[in-house]
Amino acid sequence: MTLSALLTQAAAVVTAAALAPLLVGWVNQCRAWLQNRTAPPLLLPYRTLRKLLHKDAVLAESASPLFRAVPYVVFGCMLVAAGIIPSLGTDLPAGRAADAIALVGLFATARMFMALGAMDVGTAFGSLGARREMLIGFLAEPALLMVLFNVALISGSTAMPVIVDRLVAQGFAVNPSLAFAALAFVMVLLAENARLPIDNPATHLELTMIHEAMVLEYSARHLALIEWAAALKLFNYACLGFAFFLPLGLASEDTGPTALLLGATWLAAKLLLAGAGLALFETLSAKLRVFRAPEFLAMAFMLAVLGLLTRLLFSGGVA
Amino acid sequence: MDLAPVPGFTTARRQRLDANAWIDQLAQARAAGARLGALWASDARATEGVFRVCVVVQQSRALDWLELALPAGGPLDYPDISGLFPAAGRMQRAACDLLGVRATAADQRPWLRHAWPEGLFPLRADAAGTVGESPTGPYPFVSVAGDGVHEIPVGPVHAGIIEPGHFRFSVVGEKVLRLEERLGYVHKGIEKRFESFPATEGQRLAARVSGDSAAGFSWAYCMALEGLCGGEPPPRALYLRALALERERLANHLGDLGALGNDAGFAFGLSQFAHLKECLLRTNAEIYGHRYPMDEVVPGGVMHDLSSAAAGLVLRELDALTAQLARLDAIYTDHPGLQDRFVGAGRVSPELAARLGLAGLAGRASGQAFDLRTDCPAPPYDRLEVRMVTRNEGDVAARVAVRFEETRVAIELCRRLLHELPAGAIRVPLPAPRSDRPGLGLVEGWRGPLLVALEVAGDGRIARCRPQDPSWHNWPALEHAIIDNIVPDFPLINKSFNLAYSGHDL
Repeated sequence: MTLSALLTQAAAVVTAAALAPLLVGWVNQCRAWLQNRTAPPLLLPYRTLRKLLHKDAVLAESASPLFRAVPYVVFGCMLVAAGIIPSLGTDLPAGRAADAIALVGLFATARMFMALGAMDVGTAFGSLGARREMLIGFLAEPALLMVLFNVALISGSTAMPVIVDRLVAQGFAVNPSLAFAALAFVMVLLAENARLPIDNPATHLELTMIHEAMVLEYSARHLALIEWAAALKLFNYACLGFAFFLPLGLASEDTGPTALLLGATWLAAKLLLAGAGLALFETLSAKLRVFRAPEFLAMAFMLAVLGLLTRLLFSGGVA
Repeated sequence: MDLAPVPGFTTARRQRLDANAWIDQLAQARAAGARLGALWASDARATEGVFRVCVVVQQSRALDWLELALPAGGPLDYPDISGLFPAAGRMQRAACDLLGVRATAADQRPWLRHAWPEGLFPLRADAAGTVGESPTGPYPFVSVAGDGVHEIPVGPVHAGIIEPGHFRFSVVGEKVLRLEERLGYVHKGIEKRFESFPATEGQRLAARVSGDSAAGFSWAYCMALEGLCGGEPPPRALYLRALALERERLANHLGDLGALGNDAGFAFGLSQFAHLKECLLRTNAEIYGHRYPMDEVVPGGVMHDLSSAAAGLVLRELDALTAQLARLDAIYTDHPGLQDRFVGAGRVSPELAARLGLAGLAGRASGQAFDLRTDCPAPPYDRLEVRMVTRNEGDVAARVAVRFEETRVAIELCRRLLHELPAGAIRVPLPAPRSDRPGLGLVEGWRGPLLVALEVAGDGRIARCRPQDPSWHNWPALEHAIIDNIVPDFPLINKSFNLAYSGHDL
């Protein structure tokens, strides 16, 4: 393990933790602009975190130690995930230790703890949110795995740095299977991050909530960690998408801090565009009925499978 | 037994009957297609030694005030009429909480009584004790048993800043088997407060019964009072009242259309419609001195005249609104995601609506073609030929469509009112109100018919004033509308009715 690898590793985690709230602030700002509203400050999510961290936590009387542990576990999972997704460069020691399947497992662990924590207090809304979250997760996970198999099949590995390096080495060859996978990935991203049309991050209607219903009982530092973790999750998903489908400007092995800085610039540009795109999509769509969500995710799964099939047909034809 | 004439109605009769004749007459009225206006009770022990239970029913252009006298010393029981008019059930329970007159109904749970002891009846003249300091025990909700059935309690404190109401859902998975509402959290004693006002000032409180119906309720109050005084406002004042009422309808419909989009996750709709509503409210502030036309309608006329410059401003604003509305209507209609949420959600069939007596806007979306402005037009509506908007589907989409169409009708009405605005005085002094008979006022507010029943005491004070919001008729229908829908669709369905809490809890 070289010094540069350690640097890349540390930079990836720190950048993710530091920039994730900014991404949320940017998306919220774009949404407000697109709705002709005056936008909230870009740095509002940071201020919210600071405010929450300064407050005293209130716990329900019926809360068990599990409830208190959940924010730390979920935040930890998202931080580890940030360490294995090639966001700035591919020289990630952790990325070789944990592959794409492990990443899905990390997300699943976080989800499971969120749901357990939500049910722990025993309120109707917590269980309601947990139930819906598990429904969404149960459908989104296979679709995400299929997307990952798509890229793994192209590169012959499930280790993410390897996948990205091979994709970059391939150049911009037209790859229909990647197009299908990218579409499926965006759909999974929307569902997994509680965005429209599956969930509405801005709603105040408790009966329609999914993610928000699960966090209603958290306060102060616990809520801060949960919100930060949610921002990190969006950031992670965005970086995952860039790594597979838009691997421009990623620092490769044995490059110095300059390449990392260049990678960070590219990342910022991509996040700027992706955040605006997400806001645009959310502004144009209405929320689906809860029972349409399975159709939506089944479509994502089908697209990913189509990607796999085209890949198999394609490579078969060439051979 | 006399009743002051009510504008727009050819007959307005009042009868005092014994219990058997009372229930017979109500049954006949129901069979003939009459609609329930209101049910309330009053304490007339000082003058006649009785408690009275009054029911107002409306049948096309005839109003009947049917009254039952319960001697103060005897049993205060009277026949249950909720079998004839389902909406009367809760009005009977409220009358029981406030005055201790008891319908012989199966449901004897308190309705408005949340925080005062049993046996204290706040509307009685001799009521002693404090309301608001002794919480009543747990409220027995009807429970649904079965495999996998569980309850979701929602409110009265909600995640958003909205009025308080409790909703108890019995669900299997996401499907709603039953909804039970619990209201009364904003009971403020408005009816009691009325009794401390001189009759000539009651319109100020009437305007504040429900802020979204300020013009409607204050007009209905003034209509009742003017009937008692025997005076009539000048034509210009009537036109200006109608303008205030139609502007109120516009503001509420626009606000609701935006909120309906937002509840379906389409925040763009909210910001656009909120902008349109805000423009209207700011113009209100300019021409009425208040964003909501609170103290605009006064006995004998209106408070503010409208200069021709202001009329021009309002007309120009209406032109801009028409253009914007057409574009937004197209966006709503062509949005597949939005239509998917609206169509088929929260359906109330015309048959069910007829049985429940669904009133106003929600009723018209379920094929109940009743609109006071068309059916019994009081001046100035008798000269305006208001076009009634109805739909038969009875779902959220129908209620959205009725709102869009009624907004257009209201814009047209505003234009006509301004173009034909008569010259002359805006206010005339009224003779003293008579105290030997009650008066009624009925106005088609944006939500539906608003009724005010008014009795004035010999010294000119209000003896009893009952403001009745159509929400009393429509809240029970919401419990039916949600059945077999899924839990996350409830906020949207609820918003499509947008019923009053304050106007209902009084």
